[in-house]
Amino acid sequence: MSEPILHPLNLMPRIHLGDWVNTAVDWLTTHWAPFFDGIGNGLNSIVEHLTNLLMSGPIIVIVIVLAAIALLARGIGTAVAAAVGLLLIDSFDEWAAAMQTLALIVVAAVIAIVLAIPIGIVAAKSHIGSLVIRPVLDFMQTLPAYVYLLPALFFFGLGAAAGVVATIIFALPPGVRLTELGIRQVDVEMVEAGQSFGATPSKVLFGVQIPLAMPTIMAGINQVIMLALSMVVIGGMVGAPGLGQDVTSALTTLDIGQGAEAGVSVVFIAIYLDRVTAGIGKGSGSLRKAAAVFRGPLGRLAERRTEAAEDETTAKAA
Amino acid sequence: MPAIEAHHLYKVFGKKPREGVALLEAGQSREAITRAGSTPAVIDASFSVEEGEIFVVMGLSGSGKSTLIRMINGLYEPTAGTVEVYGENLTAASKRDLRRIRRERISMVFQHFALFPHRTVVDNAAYGLETQGVAKAERRARAHEALELCGLTGWDDHKPGELSGGMQQRVGLARALAADTDILLMDEAFSALDPLIRRDMQDQLIELQHKLGKTILFITHDLNEAMRLGDRIAMMRDGRIVQIGTAEEILTDPANDYVAQFVADVDRTRVLTASSIMEKPVAVLGSEQGPRAAHRLMREQQQAGLYVVGRDRTLLGYVTEDDVSTNLTHPDLTGLMQQVTTTVTASTPVAELFTPSAEITLPLPVIDDKHRLLGVIPKVTLLSALGTPAEVPTDAAAPAQKESTRV
Repeated sequence: MSEPILHPLNLMPRIHLGDWVNTAVDWLTTHWAPFFDGIGNGLNSIVEHLTNLLMSGPIIVIVIVLAAIALLARGIGTAVAAAVGLLLIDSFDEWAAAMQTLALIVVAAVIAIVLAIPIGIVAAKSHIGSLVIRPVLDFMQTLPAYVYLLPALFFFGLGAAAGVVATIIFALPPGVRLTELGIRQVDVEMVEAGQSFGATPSKVLFGVQIPLAMPTIMAGINQVIMLALSMVVIGGMVGAPGLGQDVTSALTTLDIGQGAEAGVSVVFIAIYLDRVTAGIGKGSGSLRKAAAVFRGPLGRLAERRTEAAEDETTAKAA
Repeated sequence: MPAIEAHHLYKVFGKKPREGVALLEAGQSREAITRAGSTPAVIDASFSVEEGEIFVVMGLSGSGKSTLIRMINGLYEPTAGTVEVYGENLTAASKRDLRRIRRERISMVFQHFALFPHRTVVDNAAYGLETQGVAKAERRARAHEALELCGLTGWDDHKPGELSGGMQQRVGLARALAADTDILLMDEAFSALDPLIRRDMQDQLIELQHKLGKTILFITHDLNEAMRLGDRIAMMRDGRIVQIGTAEEILTDPANDYVAQFVADVDRTRVLTASSIMEKPVAVLGSEQGPRAAHRLMREQQQAGLYVVGRDRTLLGYVTEDDVSTNLTHPDLTGLMQQVTTTVTASTPVAELFTPSAEITLPLPVIDDKHRLLGVIPKVTLLSALGTPAEVPTDAAAPAQKESTRV
């Protein structure tokens, strides 16, 4: 392959990146096996438990519960559409696979969000942090999924865990990016207002910046969930149970009909999750309370800090 | 002790701010520094604000006034120079001390209100108290009081987004007042409001200041606002303070052409007051003097009438030539005097002198709060005050206020 016309000057020596990666993966699989096993088992068991929970009741009960969540987050129209979609999934005989997929996505998305928001805050607060984090995110988003799917298989074995990890890698970036963007976009005057009244940096963060960035952060969470769904099919290739596996097996057996049923079920789940999370983000629908559920912990955290400060002052006064 | 003291403040933005300051101190121009890649926003600003004073910093956009006000509460750290707040050096303070000084000493009102949309009106107003660690019930009560003081009742539990601009800025003002700090920083606080509401807020601010005696540092690009509000005004241009003085000093004695051009369009009759155009009366009579002496004095001075004052210059009344010439045998002037019904005070704007002046034949008497005669304004003087600055006689009175600083 070394045609001299392509390399007239021989500027770059051959860098054996592939060999290094192979060595690194080998080394990790041998020396860090207990670590990866622990994570893998943990993830597998969480997904399994959640799947069992979703499969524990009669289908109609689960449909009603999921429709009720849609009602709270958005309104009656979405709730009806959700119920119809879910019943259609059942009529395709994809119910069990759909619940496995839902469980897998929820676990992956929750972990991705829990990681993404703090990383996004760091990126927003620190210029250097942002500079370091950005290329890593680019890498995660654009590296072809198959490239890290195989190592994931080596580390975690065939099953849900490898799918969850691959999904997290792929779905995390927009959560970080939109959290950073949301916080950076908060009006400078608002932040100055907090500072000018002597608020501590953490009180400015939790009391001003994050609440004001919430719509953008919620858009990020919505994106995380949608990207997680788009990884479902690829996750099926490493043995993650659910609709992805059905699609993969349909492809390998050229069963276009089964592929369509599983694929349409993925779309229904996707639309359901998108509408519900977008509804929570906008605080639309019958309940802003749903948003308060999300804001609650942060708000309470800020409140607790203030109360601690109050106690301190009272103690000093005494 | 002054409430705020700024000594040779510099703020240069860019990669090498300190070099910028060194170059400026060496006499380089602002443009030269800008070409070198740094942006000097504030250059060698020194001033002090006395307790209970409204000090206005006036300048067009880009003159550095917003940067200047942000150095006063430490939102921006000066590149060089120091800020002292009640004698405490803000520039050298630790972050913790800085937050304490902000909580205890300084509140701020913002151009675009900067209210927190996720908090109710009363919780917005209570924000400063919250950072001070005041318990919830008390801070709500105090925030409610501050809102009432600012003329906003019945909106406590609404969100700021439901209020009009003027009402929102009342919340902003209430938030600053509720914190009960000595100093209020107001950054173009009324610039985003409609003219009518702006005027209303200005009046209210003056009223509140009289009531509460806060020290106010007010930033504006509106000269009329500066003249209305400011006890003293600092004129800024291209990062430098070019003149500090009262509105009248800046009008009558502008430090340079820029300031002169700037104030050319100001309605002088609203800014100039009686004290700056009044004259010494050509002659006054004592009540113990007799009619004959009075008559002679009027003849000598060619006056149709003269004011009669007591030993402490209290204005007692006036006599006309007719009064004295028909009663030459009277022992003194006590029985002959007529009551003075029209007087003005030293702080009456020139615009409000015309009607009183038309009501009486004698020059308009200017008195102080103890009814002592400070000076008079003849009709000719009043007319000439409408003319160009050069023709305004400024030598007559109020020497104490003549200390316009030129920088």
